[in-house]
Amino acid sequence: MNEPDILDQVHDWRADGRGVALATVVVTWGSSPRPVGSQLAVDEAGGFVGSVSGGCIEGAVVREALDCIEDGKPRLLDFGITNEQAWDVGLACGGKVQVFVERVE
Amino acid sequence: MKHATLEALRGLRAAKTPIALATHLASGAQALVGYETAEGDLHLDAGALDAVRQALRDDRGRTIETGQGAVFVNVYNPPRRLVVVGAVHIAQPLVPMAAIAGYQVVVIDPRHGFATDARFPQVTLDTDWPDEAMERVKPDVRTAVVTLTHDPKLDDPALAVALRSPAFYIGALGSRKTHAARVARLKELGFGDNAIGRIDAPVGLDIGAVSPAEIAIAILGKITQTLHAGPAAA
Repeated sequence: MNEPDILDQVHDWRADGRGVALATVVVTWGSSPRPVGSQLAVDEAGGFVGSVSGGCIEGAVVREALDCIEDGKPRLLDFGITNEQAWDVGLACGGKVQVFVERVE
Repeated sequence: MKHATLEALRGLRAAKTPIALATHLASGAQALVGYETAEGDLHLDAGALDAVRQALRDDRGRTIETGQGAVFVNVYNPPRRLVVVGAVHIAQPLVPMAAIAGYQVVVIDPRHGFATDARFPQVTLDTDWPDEAMERVKPDVRTAVVTLTHDPKLDDPALAVALRSPAFYIGALGSRKTHAARVARLKELGFGDNAIGRIDAPVGLDIGAVSPAEIAIAILGKITQTLHAGPAAA
């Protein structure tokens, strides 16, 4: 019933030998569906648990996370979600979020 | 994130230790900061440590500016708690709903016929007298208390402990008439208007709830509203 625990999932993936990156919402402006501290864990195959938005930016964050797993460099990503773009993907969140992505060693 | 940091964080969380993870956004260097501790490859000065600990107290993550640049603070506090006094019908939907919303739930009811594992699977049941059980629970600023028994012998001692605690929400089931009688009894126990005014009664949001599940929604809704409307202490 409860959502899978992100840190436990990261632990399990690492124990399984998989490359993993962790994305965390660090700043939000305006109406943003997920609060500061929300996390998304991504494994090297692109599987993920958790969320950093209502679904509008997860695809882009997963792509950056896969690059981060490759090169190990932390990243700070800015997403300004215009209402129009948001409408295109079916989510009228209209907020802005900043997401930190780091590789888990 | 270093593997050791991940494992330390999981261990502290399992031990229900309040802990903040501070991350230097430019480099990824990190420190695990508790109220008395700070460990990791990110070294923070006293001012920055104070700011990190304030985020921990506020139970809200944030980005802080330090001499070294921006540091993000993510807060890992133990789950908020909900103490339900009265293993009654309303408690049956309220307990799983609160668990889904992230609360660690304790049900207190000394009446063994009510507080059974069959009626309340996977929840901590305490069949001691409510004042003793409540003293053990020690409600704090991240605890909500709701009394549901309708029986003053059970509700009042629990409310008395709750009112002496910093619990962020205290609710008591009962009609306006029932509550008026309760207020009179609590005054006899020496509680003033300010203390008694903390009690949410009639309990929950006024959404016309009728069934036990609907009343549980009203209660959890009010708890949620109180949590987010109040001072950032919860």
